[in-house]
Amino acid sequence: MSEASTNGYKSGSNLEKILRAGYFAVTAEIGPPQSADPEVIRRKARLLKGVVDAANITDNQTAIVRMSSIASAVLALQEGVEPIVQMTCRDRNRLAMQSDLLGAYALGARNLLCLTGDHQSFGNHPTAKNVHDLDSIQFIRMVRGMRDEGRFLCGDEIKGMRPAFFIGAAENPFADPFDFRPYRLAKKIAAGVDFIQTQIILDIPRFREFMKRVVDMGLHEKVYILAGIGPLKSAGAARYMRDKVPGMRVRDEYVERMEAAVAGIPKEDKKGRKEAWEREGIRIAIEQIQELREIPGVAGVHIMAIEWEEAVRPILEGAGLLPRPVVE
Amino acid sequence: MIVGEQKPLEEIMSLLGSARRVLVAGCGTCVTVCFAGGEKEAAVLASALRMRSQLEGRPMEVDEVTVQRQCEWEYIDPLADRLKDYDVVLSLACGIGVQAMNERFPDAITLPGLNTTFLGLPEEHGIWEERCQACGDCILGITFGICPIARCSKQLLNGPCGGSQNGICEVTPDIPCAWHLIWERAARFGQMERLLEVQPPKNWSRSRDGGPRKIVREDLRLPERE
Repeated sequence: MSEASTNGYKSGSNLEKILRAGYFAVTAEIGPPQSADPEVIRRKARLLKGVVDAANITDNQTAIVRMSSIASAVLALQEGVEPIVQMTCRDRNRLAMQSDLLGAYALGARNLLCLTGDHQSFGNHPTAKNVHDLDSIQFIRMVRGMRDEGRFLCGDEIKGMRPAFFIGAAENPFADPFDFRPYRLAKKIAAGVDFIQTQIILDIPRFREFMKRVVDMGLHEKVYILAGIGPLKSAGAARYMRDKVPGMRVRDEYVERMEAAVAGIPKEDKKGRKEAWEREGIRIAIEQIQELREIPGVAGVHIMAIEWEEAVRPILEGAGLLPRPVVE
Repeated sequence: MIVGEQKPLEEIMSLLGSARRVLVAGCGTCVTVCFAGGEKEAAVLASALRMRSQLEGRPMEVDEVTVQRQCEWEYIDPLADRLKDYDVVLSLACGIGVQAMNERFPDAITLPGLNTTFLGLPEEHGIWEERCQACGDCILGITFGICPIARCSKQLLNGPCGGSQNGICEVTPDIPCAWHLIWERAARFGQMERLLEVQPPKNWSRSRDGGPRKIVREDLRLPERE
């Protein structure tokens, strides 16, 4: 068999089916542990099972060594959560990437997120050599070539089953040069991307302006765009994202709301403050989903509740996105 | 030009080990221009080594010499007779000079006194910045004269990553985002559409990844003597 049976779908993944059927899609994220403990993935997966259409499995995010995204994806699959395998260009050359793609597909992965990768200087091995043999756009084109043309990057034929991934990529509408961002998205579409997950949105007006350009260029008809939601856990986290994280824009209103959420709760009452912050963070996320759904071109949301997977269910319940539809 | 930076004195002392007679060899080209390994720096380092070894109670004899270019046989050949008087040569040339010395004078040990840092230019007096990685397949013609191989922290070929903000790279605030600069250059000429084409994967075999590179120019080779 030279082609996988995908019944007219590109990959046949649940995420692809949900999007193709026109449902508002929901994805979340599972961060693998800095250990070899499979239970960490299993526990996180159980929190997301039946709650999201698929879950990203990060690949050494922020350049910190963690359990491999492919291995973690298999654990998530075993728990009944469809994985989106993240893969960066930072740690692998074109040989390793293609080899891992074959392996990931063979093990049951059907969604892939093609990323450049955070620079190693942010992580726990800052003296590492980075690879960047390909960039994320070349990576997308390579995966599409393997799926649609049945060819490796070098042009050799894949004799046998092709890895037929539903191909995703990231886009940061808040990075500069702002005018280039919609064009960069257009390049990813030209390279063959099927879905996009955006950076965490904490500046909706700016995102709206980005989406207006995307829609004016007709790009939303060629790719599914999932808007990134990052539920805030505390006022400090909001301030940190606003002031310290490169490529992030956080409107002051969110920082102020998180600060106001603990007004009247004494500093010593750590538990009370934490609960108040979490309630407000979840409330903001729900409001954001409702606002983002109204923006033309938004096909779903991607919830990045980092080390806070418990928040995903209440957010989606609050936003009226549960139960998840089933597409046969 | 090739830009270098002198190694810390501690490291040089450790490299020299038990050597008692040392020849510090400066180079009169790139490393002179970047104030790292010319005649003046060779003299300063030689005197630092004399003082340091004196303080440590095992004085070295340190002389210095500077040749115009340590990377060409004709400039280093005149050193041949002097080398037997020394335990080691401490070269203040770039890595090419150090290797040329070891290759030409196999009976002498030549050690590096510099770290060869990059191919770059002086941005202003006292500040040098990398501009070229000698990748062997120049793309400046499609990137509006700004090299993303040397100047983008991730060597991207299809535009900026998500970490570019206000024209600055995510890695450190003192790195300008190469792709921001490229985009601005394209905008200046109204040619942004030239950046929209998907650039294919780079042929790294023409870079270091293909192994040490070599150019043979038959038109320049001298006839073999009988």
